[in-house]
Amino acid sequence: MSNTQPEAPSLYAAREPIFPKRVHGKFRNLKWVLMIFTLGIYYLTPWIRWDRGPNLPDQAVLVDLANRRFFFFWIEIWPHEFYFVAGLLVMAGLGLFLFTSALGRVWCGYACPQTVWTDLFILVERWIEGDRNARLRLHRQKKLDFRKIRLRLTKWVAWFLIGLATGGAWVFYFTDAPTLAVDLVQGTAHPVAYTTMLILTATTFAFGGFAREQICIYACPWPRIQAAMMDEDTLVVGYRSWRGEPRGKQRDQENSTAPAGDCIDCMACVNVCPMGIDIRDGQQLECITCALCIDACDDIMAKIGKPRGLIDYMALTDEIAEREGKAPKPIWRHVFRPRTILYTTLWSLVGVALVVALFMRSDIEVTVAPVRNPTFVTLSDGSIRNTYDVRLRNKHGSDRPFQISVKGHPALRVQLEGTPYGAVTVPADSTQLQRVYIVAAPGSDPADSERWDIRLWVEDTSNGDRVYKDTIFNGKAN
Amino acid sequence: MAKQPHKKQDVETTGHEWDGIQEFNNPLPRWWLWVFYACIAWGVWYSVAYPAWPGLKSATAGYLGFSTRAQVAENIAEFEEKLAPMNDKLASVELASIADDSELRGYAVSAGAAVFKTWCAQCHGSGAAGAKGYPNLLDDDWLWGGTMEDIHTTITHGIRNTDDEDARFSQMPAFGRDELLEKEQIAQVVNYVMSISAGNTPQDASLVAEGEVVFQDNCAACHMEDGTGDRFQGAPNLTDAIWLFGGDYAALYETVYNARYGVMPNWNTRLSEAEIRAVATYVHGLGGGE
Repeated sequence: MSNTQPEAPSLYAAREPIFPKRVHGKFRNLKWVLMIFTLGIYYLTPWIRWDRGPNLPDQAVLVDLANRRFFFFWIEIWPHEFYFVAGLLVMAGLGLFLFTSALGRVWCGYACPQTVWTDLFILVERWIEGDRNARLRLHRQKKLDFRKIRLRLTKWVAWFLIGLATGGAWVFYFTDAPTLAVDLVQGTAHPVAYTTMLILTATTFAFGGFAREQICIYACPWPRIQAAMMDEDTLVVGYRSWRGEPRGKQRDQENSTAPAGDCIDCMACVNVCPMGIDIRDGQQLECITCALCIDACDDIMAKIGKPRGLIDYMALTDEIAEREGKAPKPIWRHVFRPRTILYTTLWSLVGVALVVALFMRSDIEVTVAPVRNPTFVTLSDGSIRNTYDVRLRNKHGSDRPFQISVKGHPALRVQLEGTPYGAVTVPADSTQLQRVYIVAAPGSDPADSERWDIRLWVEDTSNGDRVYKDTIFNGKAN
Repeated sequence: MAKQPHKKQDVETTGHEWDGIQEFNNPLPRWWLWVFYACIAWGVWYSVAYPAWPGLKSATAGYLGFSTRAQVAENIAEFEEKLAPMNDKLASVELASIADDSELRGYAVSAGAAVFKTWCAQCHGSGAAGAKGYPNLLDDDWLWGGTMEDIHTTITHGIRNTDDEDARFSQMPAFGRDELLEKEQIAQVVNYVMSISAGNTPQDASLVAEGEVVFQDNCAACHMEDGTGDRFQGAPNLTDAIWLFGGDYAALYETVYNARYGVMPNWNTRLSEAEIRAVATYVHGLGGGE
């Protein structure tokens, strides 16, 4: 704060451009591997084929919105089975709790699309414009000469193409990829496909090329939420200030008798940081724990002959222990704690429940809704009829004949609307709503009871598979 | 490299201080400010482009001329255009062949359900179970027949209305009111009818024999000698278990004494041929279709 002259300071600040320097090391290598892995999954998955027979799509992963089907390799999910998606979301949530409490913001640092694409964009930027110093020079060069225009344009075109591929890959998940690819090129694809591609291309271009860390710092809720999920045993990237301070240039330190820390203030950790922060200031919201500063510092420590780990993964408890001269806890003791074991258990329970539910799914699915308006009808011979809306689902790739029968009392008979037989054929991969009548003979027990428990059997007459549904029959109680 | 604006010691204050509490200035990103301004600009444009500002009688129309009412009309027109081929087909094919075309039948049942709930449910009930005087359309008993042709004719021209000269007409004499029968005779014939109807027993079995004589002399012309009725005349079957106005002694006595005259409007002036055929298909598929 300045002075007596109340001069209003600006409440807004322009983005400070960041020029992360290239870095080598184990965490950088891990990030390369993860980038190839995650981008590979994203771009290639729609092109995997999976044979499901003549009536069903042969795309391994397909969200078929028009026909309300989700295909995932051998699994086919129908809309009424959306609880599988809910279950996966619960698992994703618990998984995030687990990873955050054990490893901090590991998602942000390694797997978040914003991080991965930004990393890719920075890589392209470096290939075209050079490393940090060259980019800084280009940035500071006021004159817009041919070289600067050429470099900028090349970079933007490359970014745009990546963005286009990103938006393009997304739409392939929703329809047959090879067909859509041809349609897209010929200009005959659905407008929704083009609009989606346009939006995703624009956001990828803007978020990966220009917004970058601004998304993490200002737009994303995770930094706030994750801060609440971390504790003193959570691994974060930290600076061993008790070892590094007082920092100083090596030259100065050699010529001095004052105590000197290991940090030679070379700024390597700052120069490689994609978030533009100084990790030596301590934990801060901007840090996505990408660990590139660890690689950078380890490199320098090796060069000046000091042990690695001035900047390292550590937990708050380690700092306290190390300051007291004790050894830090081993990493595995940070990771295996009651809290993380609880999260793992819950996560596994949901996962097991989903797998069990998946294998318990019946091939024939039936829902029975008794018609309640009216509950029964008296026929001319005095018999009592109940009506049931029966939805039959055939999840096979071929038509199936279903026979419907009733158990519960010998006086009960089944009739189906629209057919004189008790059988109905449901076409491949579809559902059919069948109006089913159950008639109780006059004077029989079900006809004269207020309610009578019955069981509807549905049998596939082609292979004998059968399922049942329990429901009730309403009679004319006197 | 970026300078480090986030170091604690570097944070500036706004210069505001109250009781020793200073207001720090952690500046917002400038692009946020621009997004905010863009939202304001968009809001202003929106209020000019779309109906927004309230006036005394109505809101400003907006220069795009958008209205949700017009949009609904547009959507309806769009749907009707899409459904036109289906409706044309439904209105032109043989009535009996609708059931053979599963796509056409499915369309007719769905469309017919909508027509029924709009126009028919007031009398026949939303579940088509009817009420006293309004026939139950779910059962297997029909006054004028339950084939597709019969149902179609009934819906098209109605019953016992004077607006359509093709409307089916039946008229039972008011035997008591018009003094065609003595009260004793009515009691006799009611007991006879109760004796022949399914699931019914006469109130006074001693009157049944005389009642049969009265029945054969006065009722058999329309209701047939065995009481099974005649659909050409709209004369109900008296031997089944279904009664439109009630099957107990009092209700039957009232029916014979005063007669009953249910009326159904003709729908050919309000519904299109496709709609009539759709609702006929729907009713035919409720369980009683013949």
